[in-house]
Amino acid sequence: MAQRASKRPAGPAADQASAQVVMDLHERMVRIRLFETEAGRLMEAGKLPGFLHLYVGQEAVAAGVMAALRDDDQITSTHRGHGHAVAKGVSFRHMYAELYGRVTGACLGRGGSMHINDVSLGMLGANGIVGAGIPIAVGAAFAARYKEEDSVAVSFFGDGATNIGSFHEAANMAAVLRLPVLFVCENNGYAEFTPQSKHMLLTDVADRAAAYGMPSVIVDGMDAVAVHRATVEAVARARAGEGPMFIEAKTYRYYDHQGVKGLRHPYRSQREVDEWKARDAIDLLEARALADGTATRAELDDTWQRTRDAIADAIAYAEASPLPDTADLLLNVYSG
Amino acid sequence: MTTITETPAVDQGAAARQLSYVKAFNEGLAQAMREDENVFVAGEDVAGYGGVFRMFDNLLDEFGPRRMIDTPISEAALVGLGVGAAARGLRPVVDLMFMDFIGVCLDQIVNQAAKMKYMFGGAVSVPLTITTASGAGLGAAAQHSQSLEAWLAHVPGLKVVMPCDAYTAKGLTVSAIRDDNPVVVMLNKVLLGSTSEVPEEIYGIPLGQAYTARQGSDVTVVALGRMVGEALAAADELAAEGIEVEVIDPRTVQPLDTETMFASVRRTNRVLVVHEAVTFGGLGAEIAAQIQDAAFDYLDAPVLRIGAPFSPVPFSPVLEKAYVPDRARIAQGCRRLLERA
Repeated sequence: MAQRASKRPAGPAADQASAQVVMDLHERMVRIRLFETEAGRLMEAGKLPGFLHLYVGQEAVAAGVMAALRDDDQITSTHRGHGHAVAKGVSFRHMYAELYGRVTGACLGRGGSMHINDVSLGMLGANGIVGAGIPIAVGAAFAARYKEEDSVAVSFFGDGATNIGSFHEAANMAAVLRLPVLFVCENNGYAEFTPQSKHMLLTDVADRAAAYGMPSVIVDGMDAVAVHRATVEAVARARAGEGPMFIEAKTYRYYDHQGVKGLRHPYRSQREVDEWKARDAIDLLEARALADGTATRAELDDTWQRTRDAIADAIAYAEASPLPDTADLLLNVYSG
Repeated sequence: MTTITETPAVDQGAAARQLSYVKAFNEGLAQAMREDENVFVAGEDVAGYGGVFRMFDNLLDEFGPRRMIDTPISEAALVGLGVGAAARGLRPVVDLMFMDFIGVCLDQIVNQAAKMKYMFGGAVSVPLTITTASGAGLGAAAQHSQSLEAWLAHVPGLKVVMPCDAYTAKGLTVSAIRDDNPVVVMLNKVLLGSTSEVPEEIYGIPLGQAYTARQGSDVTVVALGRMVGEALAAADELAAEGIEVEVIDPRTVQPLDTETMFASVRRTNRVLVVHEAVTFGGLGAEIAAQIQDAAFDYLDAPVLRIGAPFSPVPFSPVLEKAYVPDRARIAQGCRRLLERA
């Protein structure tokens, strides 16, 4: 498993938007953006089997949260999990190989896009079942406390998942057991193709936390620094034994629920998409970094170029990787 | 891995200790908790109250609230807690009280616990034990009396055990907790107070290994859970008629030890499968199909199945008694099989 070593830069310890934090957030977001746009191109080219749920647009959430975590902190993700995996440090090579269904993939080609994970980096699974990862994160937090470790668990889920029973059961369970869990709702305004106004009567999903006696905070999900600051505070609170917290990040998904091509039956307006894109998380962070002198254009461009190179390497690796051996079809159904 | 050699023989002497099914379960669980610090119990009313069936009596006193956790009535979150904790190296025992409640948390059992190792490319194990009480006979009606082993045995990644007596309840519980896979332990409600000889030391009964509860040459009866006792009673009745019945208790229905059944069928040439669950789509169908596939040439009659009719479990005692297979129906089934010769 040595080859699964993290390729991401070391996470900053500081909770302020130091230059180091800004550059870290920038790199994580660029890595997600380019991973996803390349995956979309590969899908359009017919090279990838299965489904592809792209995270583009929501990068600030994964980057902001993950930059506040350690490798031993656990996360559970969603069916839109590439961004979380990239931000947590899962290697490009193992991720692309998984998308291709190769045996060198993160799940040995058994999981695919919707299920990429790497337990060595505290990623307890992307998940094909909406809301299912939420109680699992609560279990991971329980284990941390049981073992008297100070790691925390973070569950990512969308606005739609908060209509699932698992969310409510897990939120209440975490609250009464005072477990070190962060419930991070990536509110992109749509449950698949259904707008929030049609699937709940709330404007703020965070209001649901109050029902479980859990504090909550709402952050601009296009502002990676804001997400990061909120997470640093929530993590500190959880590590100190003060129980779970709910973070709602208002964000937006640039592509459709699934795939890369525009739908024949639009469910949202181009104007809405354009308005969100005008506040693109990476553009905002770059403008801020350039304005306050944190980075030069050349430094930011260097991150893009290094990432492009790493992605080209990973795609070549995936395409050169062997397919799984059908003789191993029953591998890992059981332990022992 | 546990092996058969770890299973002590029951002492037949006068001093042999009798223990009830529920106390045998409790003793096995307590010993497994002493054996491994990573074992904890979570469920509804398991700690302060000791479980609605007294399954968890006295465990809070010994192990404290860190290892005995009362949870809200939230089965999905409860099993999910177990999945997450198991993936992080603990060995959770989560209790679902009545088996009927698994409908509330099937996603966590079927899509999460059972598939995690496979979908993670083998990088994680889920040593989760789910305990629950199944079966009719207490007048608990259709939402508190089901035997749903076929649902679970159908899911790759799960193991399912059905102890037929106190000795087996303790040994299978210990093995379930020691196993690195998610295992569902189906305790039978009617058997909770029944007693048998149970060794005091900790022991495991190998998962996936059937037990020949009685040897016989004329008919093989494969019986699940509580039906083992009924089959043994039927065998006593038939012995008086000169019919020798072999009774096989699979003990584990997933994985299922078919080899022991095949070997028996080759000797007796007739087989009856009996379970408390409804016959349609039940494990009897699977067992019959496998026997016909592997030992067709040895059969002198088609494999006969006895189970419940295709109905929810009724409440009224007279209906419930007619619903659940019993020794009389098993004996009658054996006679029918022999009439074909």
